[in-house]
Amino acid sequence: MADAPRWRALGPVAIRMLQAVPILLVVAIVTFMLLHLLPGDPAAVIAGDQAPPEAIDRIRRQLGLDRPLPEQLLQWLWNLARGDFGRSLILNQPVLSAVAERLPVTLSLAVLSLLITLPIGIVFGILSAYYRNTWIDTVVMLLALVGVSLPSFWIAILSVLLFSVTLGWLPTGGYVPLAAGFAPWLRALVQPAVVLALFQLGYLARMTRSAMLEVLNREFVRTARAKGLGEWAAVTRHAFRNALIPVVTVTGIILSLLIGGSIIVEQVFSLPGIGRLVVQGILLRDYPLVQGTMLLLGFAFVFLNLLVDVVFALVDPRLRRG
Amino acid sequence: MGERTLRRLLRERFFCIGLAIIGLVVLCALLAPLLAPAGPEVMRLRLRFHAPSAEFLFGTDSFGRDLFARVLYGARLSMWIGLATALVSGAIGTAIGVTAAHYRHADAPLMRVMDGLMAFPAILLAIGVSAALGARTSSVIVALTVSYIPRTARVIRASAMLIRQLEFIEAAITCGAGSLRIMFRHIVPNCLGPLLVQLSFTFAYAILAEAALSFVGVGPPPPAPTWGNIVAEGRDYAVTAWWIMLFPGLAISLAVLGMNMLGDGLRDVLDPRLRIEG
Repeated sequence: MADAPRWRALGPVAIRMLQAVPILLVVAIVTFMLLHLLPGDPAAVIAGDQAPPEAIDRIRRQLGLDRPLPEQLLQWLWNLARGDFGRSLILNQPVLSAVAERLPVTLSLAVLSLLITLPIGIVFGILSAYYRNTWIDTVVMLLALVGVSLPSFWIAILSVLLFSVTLGWLPTGGYVPLAAGFAPWLRALVQPAVVLALFQLGYLARMTRSAMLEVLNREFVRTARAKGLGEWAAVTRHAFRNALIPVVTVTGIILSLLIGGSIIVEQVFSLPGIGRLVVQGILLRDYPLVQGTMLLLGFAFVFLNLLVDVVFALVDPRLRRG
Repeated sequence: MGERTLRRLLRERFFCIGLAIIGLVVLCALLAPLLAPAGPEVMRLRLRFHAPSAEFLFGTDSFGRDLFARVLYGARLSMWIGLATALVSGAIGTAIGVTAAHYRHADAPLMRVMDGLMAFPAILLAIGVSAALGARTSSVIVALTVSYIPRTARVIRASAMLIRQLEFIEAAITCGAGSLRIMFRHIVPNCLGPLLVQLSFTFAYAILAEAALSFVGVGPPPPAPTWGNIVAEGRDYAVTAWWIMLFPGLAISLAVLGMNMLGDGLRDVLDPRLRIEG
């Protein structure tokens, strides 16, 4: 059955795609409810303390808060179906375009951070598993534990103090688009990306280690060694390729951690990304902006996970059997 | 948890170090009024930006408040938020997980709702909920609980699915035990291992997330001495008065590290196959 075409594996993927529909619906309803969790009259909260009644009325009508709740929900879902993710009150622009403007910043940060996380985290995990219960294992796992325990905003401040203020090597913050050149872009982003990577690094190293431990003692690794394959080849080609499966499944979690972490890191480094947009929206009580951004991030995350599943199905030969 | 499990736990190096760290933090939290009798909110305007000294171990901040007292009282808030989040999300997550595993027709709808909540990065959902409910300690607990329920539910569902297939469950059904009795008397007690592991990681994440929420400005509002608040206040003076942001940051790192070590030790002993869930 090994020759079964790769697309056969997409059967389970079709099921996952169907499952994504109710998940998207839940995401939409959760973000809808966010505005209605506001204590008291949402329109009054958004308008602020000293707002005249006319202003409150205007906001109420603008957001459709004067209509019954089920109607509001249907309207919300209908708008989403048409690709209308709401309109920011402060920026006076659609949420979709506000997010699209800031996407390159967050995307740059996330990709750079991922490029740091993946190789180092995986190598650390393999080393730790291979030298399990030696000092190498202890040191690597302790580092990984510290990585998942440090608050990123604090490390970010310490890092700025050292590399920007004291040594003067890197800018303290701000964003330079890739269009302005690779070197300036990298200089602006390397510090936040490393800070952001620390948590994911620790997480990935721990995951890789436990996946490798399960595989290293299996028979096919012993066979690989017995047939005279070099130690390194046995570990990387045979053991790691099998350990890769659980590692790929946590990619979704790592992406989620990455997006969550970038919200905090963007604050410290004054990066005008999506995270800063959300926090500004919250501090300025621009709830439609917060709702729309959360919704877009939630949707993006569901689709990314779906993508991971599809890639996974194509890569794993065991899922290819018809 | 039997005596044997306890003895194995005490042989785990990481578990013991973690236990010692958390013990120290809890002790500091409990003894805060004794160790810092003046309290965290007394302002001494003539003693602003006082560097660490014998009188003020961690120095003073921009209002001349004693940072040692603020960090100790911060431990109270952090431990309380961590504990409440772990217990409430643990209880609700367990109920959802075991229900999904037991009633087949409830499984898909419940887990899709959990997947929907999981679609938001935990910190983003917490920021959103906390902002909607208003910046208060209780909103932070609700926000973090909502974020961590799906993760607990998933872990419990997975182990409940395995336990359900064991023979003693069938025996209990044959003896006429009702669904509730099967779920809470037979399945849940056998999920305690993975649950405990999950709770300790939830506790760790909750401390970290609360600090981040406070730092961003949607946590308990100043002058509440949360660790995240103190770091945020100290950020502007990081160059000249480094001690303001240094000590609360160390406190967060230490408490989270301790909780993570505790969780790692528990996992290695209670459930060797369980992997870390985000």
